[in-house]
Amino acid sequence: MHSFKEYVGLMELHGDIDREKLFEVTKMFIGKIYQRPPLRSSVKRALRIKEIYSIDILEIDGRNVLFKVKCESGTYVRKLCHDIGLLLGVEAHMRELRRVAVAHLREDLFASTLHEVSEALYMWRRYGDDSMLRNVILPGEFIVAHLPKILIKDGAVDAIAHGAQLAVPGISIFSKNITKGCTVAVMTLKGELVAIGRAAMDSEEISKSEKGIAVEINRVVIEPNVYPRMWKRKQQQP
Amino acid sequence: MVLSMKEIGLDFIKKLDMVANISSDYIVKSDDDTDSKYGYIPLERPIDIHIRYGLIVLDKPPGPTSHEVVAWIKRMFSISRAGHGGTLEPNLLGLGGETLR
Repeated sequence: MHSFKEYVGLMELHGDIDREKLFEVTKMFIGKIYQRPPLRSSVKRALRIKEIYSIDILEIDGRNVLFKVKCESGTYVRKLCHDIGLLLGVEAHMRELRRVAVAHLREDLFASTLHEVSEALYMWRRYGDDSMLRNVILPGEFIVAHLPKILIKDGAVDAIAHGAQLAVPGISIFSKNITKGCTVAVMTLKGELVAIGRAAMDSEEISKSEKGIAVEINRVVIEPNVYPRMWKRKQQQP
Repeated sequence: MVLSMKEIGLDFIKKLDMVANISSDYIVKSDDDTDSKYGYIPLERPIDIHIRYGLIVLDKPPGPTSHEVVAWIKRMFSISRAGHGGTLEPNLLGLGGETLR
């Protein structure tokens, strides 16, 4: 679900390299690259293709290079540094790494430290003040913010909570960006996340249809009985 | 002018789109209302429910593994289940999105 990650890393070169060559070689890694996971990893060591969306050199201090990289999930930045070093001819290794964004969840906007979580909990438990806790905990819906959304009628919610697929009659408002097979977020008209599924129809088809399955539900999030039961046991088309 | 539940809901949806940097137009298939008797606008959930459906983007300190940190969070909140997305090795700092409940 998290399509890309952004990191700031510190790479240490094992030899001296001029700036121009560094920029030139680093740029070569933008795009799709081959990677085989390192020995000490929990992943199967098969050759994989990962995409590097961007690499920016932030600061150079002697042989230390501070860089920012935006890449596909599952990319080993350590290996990237190693390979850059190889191509530069001096070898290099990653000294420090910090992930600064997981898709749209950015460090500068949304991250909290364990201290902040702890203090927020204290404020709530001791003084009944939940304001800090509400800053530290985001509505879970933020995790699907990047998905195309379909808002459904109140009457359709509980059926889905009980395992039904989403049929066209249950749909109230939907995004224009839905393509067949894409992952969509099914939500209530209040904005609550009901479920996540795969679109069986694209936006145009949903627009034109009066019946049929629009979304195959993969994962139900809302609990049953939050919305009232308005469905019959056997799914019927109106 | 008072906003209806649905308008507040739609506002929240658009806010989500903004956070994720996507711009989407929406098509209204049918004009429905949502009953205030059921469910909640996500930003107005009572705190216990907010926690249950909540997400913490955690700036993890170096040292503990992501799994250990999740265990701590579970203990702090006295909850039995917490998921997390994105693991980091112990000596790396960074973000883990932790979902509660």
